[in-house]
Amino acid sequence: MGEMEQLRKEADSLKDQITAARKAVQDSTLQEAAASITVVGRVQLKTRKTLRGHLAKIYAMHWSTDSKLCVSASQDGKLIVWDSITTNKVNAIPLKSSWVMTCAYAPSGNLVACGGLDNMCSIYNLKGKDGNVKVMRELAAHTGYLSCCRFLSDSEIITSSGDCTCVLWDIETGTQKTVFAGHQGDCMSLAVSPDFKFFISGACDFTAKLWDIREASCRQTFGGHESDINAIGFFPNGNAVITGSDDATCKLYDLRADQELITYQDSGIMCGVTSLAPSVSGRLLLAGYDDFNVNIWDALKAERVGVLAGHDNRVSCIGVSSDGMACCTGSWDSFLKIWN
Amino acid sequence: MSGSSNLVAMKKVVQQLRFEASINRVKVSQAAADLQQFCMQNALQDPLLTGVSSSTNPFRPQKVCSFL
Repeated sequence: MGEMEQLRKEADSLKDQITAARKAVQDSTLQEAAASITVVGRVQLKTRKTLRGHLAKIYAMHWSTDSKLCVSASQDGKLIVWDSITTNKVNAIPLKSSWVMTCAYAPSGNLVACGGLDNMCSIYNLKGKDGNVKVMRELAAHTGYLSCCRFLSDSEIITSSGDCTCVLWDIETGTQKTVFAGHQGDCMSLAVSPDFKFFISGACDFTAKLWDIREASCRQTFGGHESDINAIGFFPNGNAVITGSDDATCKLYDLRADQELITYQDSGIMCGVTSLAPSVSGRLLLAGYDDFNVNIWDALKAERVGVLAGHDNRVSCIGVSSDGMACCTGSWDSFLKIWN
Repeated sequence: MSGSSNLVAMKKVVQQLRFEASINRVKVSQAAADLQQFCMQNALQDPLLTGVSSSTNPFRPQKVCSFL
């Protein structure tokens, strides 16, 4: 009993130390640093394409690195690979389990993955010899739903789960290489750093964690949100993290200063953030909300500079293509829209 | 009895906090300036920010005029 009490005291003392160390480098704020620049002018994006074909809510989408193809997952039990320019369906993959919550496109363009309430991450080979798309691997070990997955390469993928862990898998052998444990609540979302050395996870314990993939360790933990973190992404230079939460705000945390720099909130926004994506320069932050809209924020000034209104139900997913040319939104209304 | 496993878990929490407390931190003024600089340097290469003309927009087919 005595030892437990001692450890608790040490934990509290360390938390105070971290708070103090963060304050010690807080010689300014992002607002002050950005005081001299003007807010971005009103951003008005138009729907250029509507991708029609899913028969139920869309839960996830992910761009291919070629900025042309993208994959979407719907609870109609299908994964669809789209040519976003022609709106043609390149592949329509029937899933064993229709309770899908996430999907991902491998950087090579050869594989896609998905998973959900089946607790598994299924990998599909798009470039099979006979032209048919088949399940290549079923990665099973999570004891909770699969909330997100992202490929590092054709041989490695990272998953986040309702079982509070994230896992790095060897796709070839179908085994877990590393289990990243530490979150005290369901892991809801993950994003990989531009240099592929780190990933960040957002969870229902209201924190975001930065993980070193090869060291298999958690390097930093960021708090401040007052509810579940549903969406997470890296600022394009890899030095900051953006989170979106059920508390109706998005936050930007700088990794090198180890603290929150700014919160994106508005008294008129009272519903949760479901998804987010920065534009390629990082200046714009596009965030999807439960109220069917996407708000566009000036990331440096924390002011709303635009709205994408066009869906008839919750925007569940959003992504900006690698070349920055377009933003894709997916909705519970079963449609995907391409905007620029 | 989960007493000893609670102890093991707590030791891990303390170990992790020790690690997180020990990292080097950069001043916010520096971090903020670097973020701002990145945005500025890449602004012109950000089509959603600058806008895309229809002649360079892959998602907006150009209307073709033909002489009849």
